[in-house]
Amino acid sequence: MTVVERRPLTQVGHSAPRKDAKEKLRGEAEFVGDVVVPRMLHGKVLRSPLAHARVVSVDAREAEAMAGVVCVLTASDLVDLDGYWGHAIKDRPIVARDRVRFAGEPVAAVAAENEAAAEAAADVIRVEYEELPLAATLDEALTAGAPLLHEGPVRPGLFHGLGTLPPRDGNVCYRYRIDRGEPESVFSRADLVVEGEYTFPAVYQYAMETHTVVADYDGDRITVWSTCQHPFLVRAELADLYGVPLSNVRIIVPYLGGGFGSKSYTKMEPLTVALARKARRPVRIQNRVDESMVTTRRHGMRCRMRTAMTSEGNLIAREVDCWFDTGAYADNGPRVTATGGDAAPGPYRWHAYRVDARCVYTNTAPAGSYRAFGAAHLQWIGESQIDELARRAGLDPLAVRRDNLCRPGEEVRGGGKPLDADLVGDVEKVAAAVGWNEPKPPNVGRGVSVGLLAAGAHPVSTAVVRMEADGRVAVLVGTTEVGQGPRTAFAQIAAEELGVPLDQVTVHGADTRFTPYDRSTGASRSTTIAGLAVQRAAKEVREQLERIAGGDALEVATYPDLFRKHFGLAGGELIGRGEVAPFGSGSYAEGPVFWEVCVGAAEVEVEPETGVVRVRKTATAADVGRAINPQLVRRQDEGATMQGLGNALFEEMIFEDGQLLNDTLLEYRVPSFEDLPDQMSCVIVENEDGPGPFGAKGCGEGALAAVPAAVVNALADAGIPMYELPLTPERVWRRIQTLEEEGKWPR
Amino acid sequence: MTVEVRLNGELVRDDVEPQHLLLDYLREDRGLTGAKRSCDTQVCGTCTVLVDGAPVSACCTLVADVDGREVLTIEGFAELPEFERFEQAFVDHAALQCGFCTAGMLLTTKSLLDERRLSSAEEIRQGLAGNLCRCTGYHAIVEAVAELAGVEA
Ligand code: FES
Ligand code: FES
Repeated sequence: MTVVERRPLTQVGHSAPRKDAKEKLRGEAEFVGDVVVPRMLHGKVLRSPLAHARVVSVDAREAEAMAGVVCVLTASDLVDLDGYWGHAIKDRPIVARDRVRFAGEPVAAVAAENEAAAEAAADVIRVEYEELPLAATLDEALTAGAPLLHEGPVRPGLFHGLGTLPPRDGNVCYRYRIDRGEPESVFSRADLVVEGEYTFPAVYQYAMETHTVVADYDGDRITVWSTCQHPFLVRAELADLYGVPLSNVRIIVPYLGGGFGSKSYTKMEPLTVALARKARRPVRIQNRVDESMVTTRRHGMRCRMRTAMTSEGNLIAREVDCWFDTGAYADNGPRVTATGGDAAPGPYRWHAYRVDARCVYTNTAPAGSYRAFGAAHLQWIGESQIDELARRAGLDPLAVRRDNLCRPGEEVRGGGKPLDADLVGDVEKVAAAVGWNEPKPPNVGRGVSVGLLAAGAHPVSTAVVRMEADGRVAVLVGTTEVGQGPRTAFAQIAAEELGVPLDQVTVHGADTRFTPYDRSTGASRSTTIAGLAVQRAAKEVREQLERIAGGDALEVATYPDLFRKHFGLAGGELIGRGEVAPFGSGSYAEGPVFWEVCVGAAEVEVEPETGVVRVRKTATAADVGRAINPQLVRRQDEGATMQGLGNALFEEMIFEDGQLLNDTLLEYRVPSFEDLPDQMSCVIVENEDGPGPFGAKGCGEGALAAVPAAVVNALADAGIPMYELPLTPERVWRRIQTLEEEGKWPR
Repeated sequence: MTVEVRLNGELVRDDVEPQHLLLDYLREDRGLTGAKRSCDTQVCGTCTVLVDGAPVSACCTLVADVDGREVLTIEGFAELPEFERFEQAFVDHAALQCGFCTAGMLLTTKSLLDERRLSSAEEIRQGLAGNLCRCTGYHAIVEAVAELAGVEA
């Protein structure tokens, strides 16, 4: 096999089996919860039962005296540290200091010889609270004179990436505004305007593996095994918090049991490190599901939107006001808010729009990233208004999109990356996949939806490719294997560049001591950005081989000879380095790296007597530029589709006075096998228009924004427009009753 | 108390606390970490093991309750000759992502197949409904299991 000949591709574009499949199938794959470190203790966190209170005193004497207990950590152990963290806004103490701001906030932590002893000790820690007035909902937090969750100046975190953070305004910790043209005047000459108020629920990512951390604090060295998606950002936050050099912090990430954003940025690491620091022994903290549910979640949101169209069907203006409930601490709220703001107009040729998105503190568990954040929040709203306009004008919703969608190269957001996808082609494909023009039985509706998600995050990744004298290749890259398959995709990319068989390439897991810097695993960026770094590193090795070969064609079989020729022995090693850095500053304002396509279609059937909505068909477009591994691409879309159905149909975290009421999987239902639609299709679109290797661009999130929107539109097509998710039978049934009173049902 | 279990084909005896959970026993005392902990409430199935051939949530089962019985974990299943077929089907269909739910899926599937309770796609969906997977969206797993069961997905 030669590598000089570049086409056809032999590895890329093929559905190679997952590299990690056998380990995982045989129960051999190691997760953080399986890691056992010598002398390791077990930690248990004492969490606040109150949503807002002053902490008057914490008395841990009895707990500390219990058998098997090594120590109890409270805020008084951390007075030598600044002690506040948060990658966007440093608003979060390691354990509550004088005040708790949500039910579930860590107040103390016990380290003991086993979990049972730690749990028993946590039970006898006496905390005296003095309740404070609550701002537990958006309404409560936004009213004049609301209790303020945070005071003093906003302290920017290390990685907010949002330019200059504006000052806090009451409980609004961040605000993102974009506009184009003069919406007021365009609205005033519109023929058709729809407007409405919408509610999106807080939901739980439910990675099946809960947040788990093992930490060791030895002198000035910190070693952490963590269920984190972004080891390098966690490393930086820990170094900053504990005042040690970056290189003294080592983060090891084995396989992750799902993430979906719940393990992005820093979560349980600062607390576990603090406990290990006090215990002077390694400690493991493993959340239970109810604890992970109050560690991070998706933002609930309220939105007011109006959209204008001409009677000929030209979409002309949109105005959006939305409020994201970020809970007691900002976490990734500012970025979620900005991404939501960018998704709000939708990829249409507007004459004018205005978007005003706010991120609001409330006394509830903090909200952060969850797959397709921002787009999942806004797309169903914007797209349902477009369908409503189409219905009023008597136009086919698909035709309205065909006529109004942005075309490749057109501006999506001022100053941002122009459109890099064929959206019209995408939506036509998914519409066809659900039988758009076929006759519909009664109580059946179909919907499509189109949107974009600002993807890629900050484009910084590095990789190293090492070739040994036997021709075997190791890829070192800081991307984490959350289940999405980078170890397989990167191996394919390296194998393609080097002309070696896939089984000769191994992609190692992230360990910040050895794997080079990768900004993060999220925002659908890994194949595109880290994959590009891997490709560049592999190319460098190939160039070295070519130089050594001195004009002879490269043959895999002769690689060992080339090593002997170059190093004079059957040894040595060729090392290639790949880097991706932004062209400009890489800031959010200049971004995104690419627009992730969120295009889907659905067919639903509603049972009017019960309000039960059954999804019969879904289709999504995986507009990936180039599918490095088509099977893995399809699997990503299927997973996101199912999460989208959960988000659309039944998932909802129910808070009352700041208390999470449904904090078990019995009460918080996620989709099961029985929720599978009869037909789930994924259309892969490969236009080689991505900035990644071989023209690839990321995927895996878009379906989670597209599917709920398509389902909402399909239900409206069946006669039941909805303004609130999830579409529970009760809500749908009530809506039918209202429609009946208004004489709009049955149609 | 002392329990005697045929664990993955081997007879083992251990002193355990009466309230000791099977999941903790397997993971901590026996180092068999293939069974995972997630929901703790018998909903998700990541902790599934087979007791006398039937799927059981180890998170809600006492070791005391398996005294004198046969327990098969994924580590033991992987040693059986029939495992290869399961493995191949799951690999071919990429019926796993993070792998956290996978052991439970395989063991439940084995038990259902042994009892010949997978004669249609409908039965696959119903039979496996006690095993959650948040990554795959189930579609690929249905395909893999349908192939194993010799039915249309
Ligand atoms: S952990 Fe046992 S069923 Fe979920
Ligand atoms: S593969 Fe991740 S939960 Fe099933």
